[in-house]
Amino acid sequence: MVYDALIGPFTEFEFMRRALAAVIALSLAGAPIGVFLMLRRMSLVGDAMAHAILPGAAIGFLLSGLNLFAMTAGGLIAGFAVAILAGVVARSTGLKEDASLATFYLASLALGVTIVSIKGTNIDLLHVLFGNILAMDDQTLLVVAFNATVTLLVLAVIYRPLVIESVDPLFLRTVSRAGGPAHLAFLALVVINLVNGFQALGTLLAVGLMILPAGIARFWSRDLTAMICIAVVAAAISGYAGLVLSFQTRIPSGPAIILVATVLYIVSVLFGRVGGIVRQLFPGRHLEA
Amino acid sequence: MAALHFHNVTLGYDRHPAVHHLSGEIARGALVAVIGPNGAGKSTLLRGIVGILRPLDGSIHLGGLDARDIAYLPQSAEIDRSFPISVFDFVGTGLWREAGLFGGIGKAARAKILRAIASVGLNGFENRPIGTLSGGQMQRVLFARVLLQDASLIVLDEPFNAIDSKTTTDLLALVKHWHGEGRTVLAALHDMEMVRTHFTETLVLARGPVAWGPTAEVLTPENLMVAMRMCEAFDDTAAACGEDGRSQAA
Repeated sequence: MVYDALIGPFTEFEFMRRALAAVIALSLAGAPIGVFLMLRRMSLVGDAMAHAILPGAAIGFLLSGLNLFAMTAGGLIAGFAVAILAGVVARSTGLKEDASLATFYLASLALGVTIVSIKGTNIDLLHVLFGNILAMDDQTLLVVAFNATVTLLVLAVIYRPLVIESVDPLFLRTVSRAGGPAHLAFLALVVINLVNGFQALGTLLAVGLMILPAGIARFWSRDLTAMICIAVVAAAISGYAGLVLSFQTRIPSGPAIILVATVLYIVSVLFGRVGGIVRQLFPGRHLEA
Repeated sequence: MAALHFHNVTLGYDRHPAVHHLSGEIARGALVAVIGPNGAGKSTLLRGIVGILRPLDGSIHLGGLDARDIAYLPQSAEIDRSFPISVFDFVGTGLWREAGLFGGIGKAARAKILRAIASVGLNGFENRPIGTLSGGQMQRVLFARVLLQDASLIVLDEPFNAIDSKTTTDLLALVKHWHGEGRTVLAALHDMEMVRTHFTETLVLARGPVAWGPTAEVLTPENLMVAMRMCEAFDDTAAACGEDGRSQAA
């Protein structure tokens, strides 16, 4: 019984195995990026960027139909363009990055939906907006795995300046010029992972497997390394449980994954060791020192 | 041998000068206080020295020093205290010059970090997240990081603001220790008594230099009055400055 419900779908169907491999790859790379997005107070920036990917993906769609590879390439180009333009505008004008991003992403979202509507049907639009992890072919899976690998390697390279820039940007500016490049590289990683998530979860939910696990991790640890590990595990659990839920109930896979993550998030908000609500209401007797 | 050389430096924002036509030099190993009322340009001058603000005019020479030979403690650090980083790791960032992007933090480096934390009196705080520290403790942490930077020029912007007397005494001892090691120390300060007792050289700044020299000669009521009366002029319609700077250095 339990085997049939929890493991059966994956031994029986290849598309479920592919989907599981994909969510694990997404979790490994996306969750750490999400933790940094949250700590740098850029959660909504990530969300904005997810929409910015759309016109590129839509142009890919326009040129070659529902071909995930073309859509990925288009999304990457559009995402980088918006990320870098917004970053440059923010750094050279003193306009806050979120403000300049908001402009770019609104324009992108409008443009993207327009492009898809010109050629495609409402189903295509749904696919673009919410993704379909169950439709993943080998080639796409390889792209996802490749992007995840690149992400982890680059993150390892920029980890130190990224952390210091997050805590004390002025200090990093006085000792090194690595801050700017590290920030841009980080934005690039955000885009790569959004495009990755885009395959599985669509443009509206792509950021979900990055931000929700990060939010969950925040309630369980005060240590950066531990937070990153918790976020990865939370993302993987959400992905796996979401796939099972989707398989058993016919809820679409993307929303199922995000809903499971949301449940974990609510549990964390309530019972988390660090600042959870229950913990705040019943903190126990105060300590001596 | 001068550690710092100012050539008719004007520093400011949006073409409006905050430090106007400053010339002079600071000897290697000097212990210099920069005083002046709010808005006198103290912070601006220090930002110019450490290179995060480019002069509008003139130049600042660092006497062969690299930007990495300078340790800078800003007045209002943009530190995100909620970031999950421990005192140990935070102080450890002071080793940037040695470790850089990828260098490992080995046994010797760890010992160094622990010594720095101990010398600001924070033994036992190594694993505390920086978000849990008091204002004075955070200032001690920042001093520990400056200590690790092992810089030959140390620039402190109002380092004792809102710090209690015990912490001030401890940290001031560290400043004097740096001076004893032959490092050049520049500090923007408001406490005249502290300047008089501990700092050998003083620059009274009021946009332009009011007086500059040995503290005992410079720190006179007359000079302070002049500095107090300086107008915080920021005129949107100001004409371009044609002055060559000599007349200001009275």
